[in-house]
Amino acid sequence: MKFSDLILQTAAKVLVFIIMTFSIYILFAGHHNPGGGFIGGLITASALMLLYVAFDVETIQEIIPVDFKVIGAIGVLMALLTGIGAIVADVPFLTQVYRYVDLPLLGKTGLGSALVFDLGVYLAVIGTTMTIIRSISEDM
Amino acid sequence: MTNLAVLPIVTPLLFGVLLFFVRYRIRLQMGLATAGTLATLIFSALLAHTVSKDGIQVLHVGGWEAPYGIPLVADMLAAILVTISSVVTLACLLYAFHALDDERKRNYAFPLMMILLCGVNGSFLTGDIFNLFVFFEVMLLASYVLLSLGGGRIQLRETIKYIVINIIASSLFVIAIAYLYSITGTLNMAHIAQRIAELGQDGLTTTVSLLFLTVFGLKSALFLFFWLPGSYSAPPAPIAALFAALLTKVGIYSIIRTFTLIFPHQPQITHEIMMWLAGLTMLLGALGVIAYWRIKQILAYNVIVSVGFILFGVGVASEAALSGAVYYLIHDMIAKALIFILGGAIISIAGTDKLREISGLIHFRPILGWLFFLSALALAGVPPLSGFVGKVMILQGGVQAKAFVLVALGLLSSLLVLYSVMKVFINSFWGETLLSEGEEKSTGKGALLPSLILAALVVGFGLGAEEILAYVRQAVEPLVDPSIYIEAVLS
Amino acid sequence: METLMTITAGVLFTVGTYLILSKTLLRIIMGMSLFTHGVHIMLMAINGLKRGAAPLLGEEAESYTDPVPQALILTSIVISFSLTAFSLVLAYRTYKEHGTDDVEQLRGQEND
Repeated sequence: MKFSDLILQTAAKVLVFIIMTFSIYILFAGHHNPGGGFIGGLITASALMLLYVAFDVETIQEIIPVDFKVIGAIGVLMALLTGIGAIVADVPFLTQVYRYVDLPLLGKTGLGSALVFDLGVYLAVIGTTMTIIRSISEDM
Repeated sequence: MTNLAVLPIVTPLLFGVLLFFVRYRIRLQMGLATAGTLATLIFSALLAHTVSKDGIQVLHVGGWEAPYGIPLVADMLAAILVTISSVVTLACLLYAFHALDDERKRNYAFPLMMILLCGVNGSFLTGDIFNLFVFFEVMLLASYVLLSLGGGRIQLRETIKYIVINIIASSLFVIAIAYLYSITGTLNMAHIAQRIAELGQDGLTTTVSLLFLTVFGLKSALFLFFWLPGSYSAPPAPIAALFAALLTKVGIYSIIRTFTLIFPHQPQITHEIMMWLAGLTMLLGALGVIAYWRIKQILAYNVIVSVGFILFGVGVASEAALSGAVYYLIHDMIAKALIFILGGAIISIAGTDKLREISGLIHFRPILGWLFFLSALALAGVPPLSGFVGKVMILQGGVQAKAFVLVALGLLSSLLVLYSVMKVFINSFWGETLLSEGEEKSTGKGALLPSLILAALVVGFGLGAEEILAYVRQAVEPLVDPSIYIEAVLS
Repeated sequence: METLMTITAGVLFTVGTYLILSKTLLRIIMGMSLFTHGVHIMLMAINGLKRGAAPLLGEEAESYTDPVPQALILTSIVISFSLTAFSLVLAYRTYKEHGTDDVEQLRGQEND
């Protein structure tokens, strides 16, 4: 068992970065192309799952000491706040703003408030998925 | 205020999410939950006021015009129901502050109640049939967790049954929506209604409408109520009160909405079936009501009887009957919450829900006793309380439609309901007291404030029937003449 | 192709119903999951498959596939994902509490 663990652990260390990068790409691509917060969140959650499988729950808990329920709630709150922003501005709920902004390094970039919503969905999905998996795995 | 129609949905959700962050600070949770529900109530009342002044309020979410985007449509019916739901949730929350144990309070009972309110309000306000499904699921997911929260043996088992039933119903719901979409090519309810009115309601559409009737029948306990007594008697009293007041009512609302707006063209098939199902529901519910000697079971079967009664009014579909159905629906939301809260108080004082083991509570809980008496009378529709007006109008509509058998069933079931609640009252409050002073399991004081609020509403809705009826009439207008609703959404 | 998809949906409904009627909790949950997938496939097939280019910005085409059913399916998948996850946790807790995952043995009176 030790041996296979080593292979899995070494592979996981590399793979997690690739999967994470890909998930963030998917998250940002979601504005015009297939992708978005939900699928990005699921991919990130699968990267975290890989860590749980390769190492064990306690180790990962020490490295990433966050309560995933709170992450999920933050996500929902973020998504909700984009809607509430529209209420404050007195335009129909969830109306999105889209502007081209000059960012340092990136140059002219299109930024939409939908991205914040998607980021909220992303966090909410990570939060719920990890909570579910953790709640099953905790008392095994 | 462009966004008034969305506020009753967003406010409880926002507060529900905020409550997640203060999990262990129960006092803060209670404060925030009360504030959130009060804010929802204020926004809903404001919405109802605006609707009564300026007519139907439509909000095209995200600025996408109908029929492409999702509209939120606040007509009078939706506005009234949203307001009443907020009141009822507030009452249940106030009771829950006392009646729930600390473990449940820490495990997100309050945020879930807020999210349930969000789902319920969303279902009432949405003007898009798929969005209705989504809000249904929001409401149901919150209810699954509330039902299983605490995780006793019975609770877990009943939750499993409840989930299986509801997942199947939801799948059928999606199938029905898929058929409807392939027939009409749109999801906007007003637009669907317009297209079906143009195309004519043919056999296929009628079949789809019956599929909708099955789905909403499962959710609202119209004839397919076998899951209800178990799952409504499993959770603690405040949560059961919330379920009894709101969950089945959303199903009833959906039946009212779809069968007055989208499928009103073949009443000799759809409405006839609905009426007979309603009759059977009343009959079987009434049998359940008299058969049991446990408070929880008796109250759960009472929910079923009133579902049958309201949908009888919807099935008759004349203006009088619909007004009666809407009035009775409003009454029933308040009265069911009231009687479940009082029933919960009796059970918590006596420590059991077996009627034969409770006696003489009136000696040391007189206010509770008379409140229960009042709500029992209201439930049976005794004048001048709120149940009376709705009942008379439904029966009037039934007589006009010459549905005498069903009218008789309605009267019979009212009588049996009266018998059953009086049975509870006499057994638990009269007689020699079995408990000596100080021996009771809990004080039941927490139930007083919420039940006084609700009882005041029950009396007020009975005595102020004239004022309420003005609102109800406005709510029924778009039901009798769907073109009002369609024009408001599509113009 | 639509016919094939409809038949697939029918098979999924059948298998799903069979599993829901069985006695083990895990099978019931799998049955519900398959049933929901049948619904999704039916939703896809009922409105016609691929009638044009993908409905994305930047695709220059004569006609586009209707994106609404796909959006509906995606929403429904998200919901059924959370439901399945919740029912799995619930089934696990029930198994721990009752010591059995056989629904027959979950029966019994309320008073215990």
